Amino acid sequence: MDIKWDKILITGDPLILGSQIAIVLTMVGIVVGLTYFKKWKYLWSEWLTSVDHKRIGIMYIIMGVLMFFRGGVDGLMMKAQTAVPENTFLDAQHYNEVFTTHGVIMILFMAMPMLIGIINIAMPLQIGARDVAFPQLNLLSFWLTFAGAMLFNLSFVVGGSPDAGWTSYFPLAGKEFTPGIGNNFYMVALQIAGIGTLMSGINFIVTIMKMRAPGMKLMRMPMFSWTTLITSLIIVIAFPIFTVALLLGTMDRIFGTHFFTVADGGLDMLWANLFWLWGHPEVYIVILPAFGIYSEVVATFSKKRLYGYTSMVMAIVVISALSMLVWVHHFYTMGVGPAVNSVFSITTMAIAVPTGIKMFNWLFTMRKGRIEFTAPMMWTLAFIPTFLIGGVTGVMLGMAAADFQYHNTLFLVAHFHYTLIPGVVYAVFAALYYWWPKVFGFKLNERIGKWHFWLFNIGFNLTFFPMFFLGLQGAARRMYTYSEESGLWPLYALSAVGAIFLAAGFAALCYNIYWSIRYEKRTTENDPWGTARTLEWATATPVPHYNFAVVPEVTDVDAYWEMKKNKDNFALDPNKIKPIHMPSNSGLPVYMGAAFLIAGFFLVFEWIPLAAISAFLIFAGMIKRSFEYDDGYYVPVEEIIEKERTWRGDSKWKAK
Amino acid sequence: MESKMINHSVPTEYQSEQGKLNILGFWIFIAAEIILFATLFAVYGVLHTRTSDGPTGEEIFVIKDVVIQTMLLLTSSFTAGLVIHEMRRGNVRGLITWLIITLALGGGFLYMEINEFIHYVHAGAGIQTSAFTSSLLTLLGTHGAHVTLGIFWAIMVIIQLLQRGITPITASKVHIWGIYWHFLDVVWIFIFTFVYVGGLI
Ligand code: HEM
Ligand SMILES: [Cu+2]
Repeated sequence: MDIKWDKILITGDPLILGSQIAIVLTMVGIVVGLTYFKKWKYLWSEWLTSVDHKRIGIMYIIMGVLMFFRGGVDGLMMKAQTAVPENTFLDAQHYNEVFTTHGVIMILFMAMPMLIGIINIAMPLQIGARDVAFPQLNLLSFWLTFAGAMLFNLSFVVGGSPDAGWTSYFPLAGKEFTPGIGNNFYMVALQIAGIGTLMSGINFIVTIMKMRAPGMKLMRMPMFSWTTLITSLIIVIAFPIFTVALLLGTMDRIFGTHFFTVADGGLDMLWANLFWLWGHPEVYIVILPAFGIYSEVVATFSKKRLYGYTSMVMAIVVISALSMLVWVHHFYTMGVGPAVNSVFSITTMAIAVPTGIKMFNWLFTMRKGRIEFTAPMMWTLAFIPTFLIGGVTGVMLGMAAADFQYHNTLFLVAHFHYTLIPGVVYAVFAALYYWWPKVFGFKLNERIGKWHFWLFNIGFNLTFFPMFFLGLQGAARRMYTYSEESGLWPLYALSAVGAIFLAAGFAALCYNIYWSIRYEKRTTENDPWGTARTLEWATATPVPHYNFAVVPEVTDVDAYWEMKKNKDNFALDPNKIKPIHMPSNSGLPVYMGAAFLIAGFFLVFEWIPLAAISAFLIFAGMIKRSFEYDDGYYVPVEEIIEKERTWRGDSKWKAK
Repeated sequence: MESKMINHSVPTEYQSEQGKLNILGFWIFIAAEIILFATLFAVYGVLHTRTSDGPTGEEIFVIKDVVIQTMLLLTSSFTAGLVIHEMRRGNVRGLITWLIITLALGGGFLYMEINEFIHYVHAGAGIQTSAFTSSLLTLLGTHGAHVTLGIFWAIMVIIQLLQRGITPITASKVHIWGIYWHFLDVVWIFIFTFVYVGGLI
């Protein structure tokens, strides 16, 4: 085992040196701050070890926001580099690293944690459960995702970033062509995070199948929970394929096997197939919960029941099935032949049908509704036309013959940003504004929200719309620069200006969070929007840790709307309250995250003996868990009564 | 977390609410494992003819040993069934005895598999030799790693049975371990059929 220190610490690049210093300073700042304010214990016992699904959700979202920042800075760097021709801000290698980390971080460490965080917060409440099926496993999922993200981000300052694109195609990503350790980070970090995601998927499925409130049949379940169920199903089906792909990639890179190599019978196209067998379903994993969020928001703020509930459910089921049958559309040009291409063209275009059904259902929900233009609704309204552009250009790319013209150009980059940003990012924003008051007891400010909305929307369209035309004019994707004679400059410059607006939009969101925490009016109203329809709004704001004092009976879709219609005044009979059983906190998931991080780190650096030894840290944690017999604890009736009395008010309190 | 109700009309492992959730969760995990192994089989299917300069399957497979391995694992699946049978009868000693016998058979299987790997390496079929050997050894190795994990897992469960006897919790642990063990057996049958028998035809 030879340790090459010069390969580990990257020196000499001012950008990286700056970040190294910034990281160290931030860490010192956090440690000093926590110690000074004596918050260590609070942080540990109330957050890091908390198995409360709402807190875990919040931690996921904080992580998602941080990663959005990191990925966004990557995006801005690329925009700055291409703002003028022949720019030397980033060299070719650096640009490769930046688009790779941008893509990976945005999809796996921004979009996924954000959505899983929102699911964690909203789904158990929507189905009237007190927690997820496996609370401690839920926390483990978080820590594994977090460990993966940290390991991946570490690559920026130690060892070197991966540089083979977020698709990490072999043989480029193999040892023959990228001998450094950068691409090891990709293989190992995503493996760790992926295990966490798979566990989340299993957890959510069991929660939804087994823990719905009495009377909530599947076809009475809120649409967001439905999309969670289907997304989790896709996770369970697709992630094991990625697990294997990453395993084989790791073996090729670290143990010299020949799965995807050029020499000795390896087959590079095998990676492309495995990657996209996971990769395409993955984009539906992130889009379906987003569809669910829009469905909730559109119904709430149109004050109407979601139009075509059954067809919405059918649509997501069909989308999930088709999502597994289209992967070849990512490499029409890599020689699979016209017959195969045609089949996959058809399956790809077929996805437009169920997606179109959903679009029309949202429109019909709004028809004749009394629409209220709140922040979540604004994002939903902006989503519809922009996502439509993403969808239509997707159908264009789906036609294999046409795809030969614009594959691998910025047309494609514009297309997928038009699906991912309105599809996922807008939905995340809508969800943040929508559920924020439920979780924290105050809304995000609507006025600053408007700034956020307009800056981001203008910025987004200004950045990415020109890219369609750049692509049609032949600008290839992943190119770090272009010549002046190419005549591409004006559109590139326009796009770069747009990125400034995007950044300003993100800043407005951060400012909004800060402002609202300090100044926004507090509320204990259980339904702060006034027009909510689903069960999460039927309990106290902020939600008590046991969620529901008495689990409500459900008789229809839109359970809470029904309660309001029936003038069910939330009168609660104290005699009905029983002690509530809750799971205890656990430090073990934190430990496991650390153990995976350490073992993963050694594996990345190919220090096999150390990696093997630290694998025992993981086994030790598993053994500890096997012998744990913690039955949780009971919330006493007095505590529940006390809490419920405060928010319901004495008038709604049936004293018997 | 509706937990503690104990329902005595069903087998012990289904009596606690958490036990039921665990069993369903584990079945879904097994579904994920099926996809994992299916992917490895697909990889092997694509690569098994790509032997480069290395040996082919016919040249290195020792079918007699593989048949013994298969017998060991099949028998262990049968004894794992007896484990559940004894558990339903509430017989801790029988349960543990059969569990240990199952583990002994599993250990025998592993011993043979390690010898098999050593034989391959001597025959010039190491993991770095060709796409064929890489995919073969990774498929077998993943299965073998699962068996190893299953053995250590069962040891943990045995200790807990000794400490606590058959309770709804320990029973659901035995049950879940049983699902896992049978699943590994099924995977092996596929390996036997497609890799070894298929490789010789
Ligand atoms: C926030 C503003 C964003 C900006 C300014 C931005 C900008 C860019 C740019 C310039 C590229 C590379 C184009 C090239 O090939 O040269 C790119 C690639 C990419 N972006 Fe973004 N992006 C943003 C947000 C997102 C989001 C939210 C996601 C996903 C959820 C995303 C996912 C990707 C992916 C997957 C790639 C491809 C990376 C690769 O080629 O391997 N981006 N982006
Ligand atoms: Cu696709």
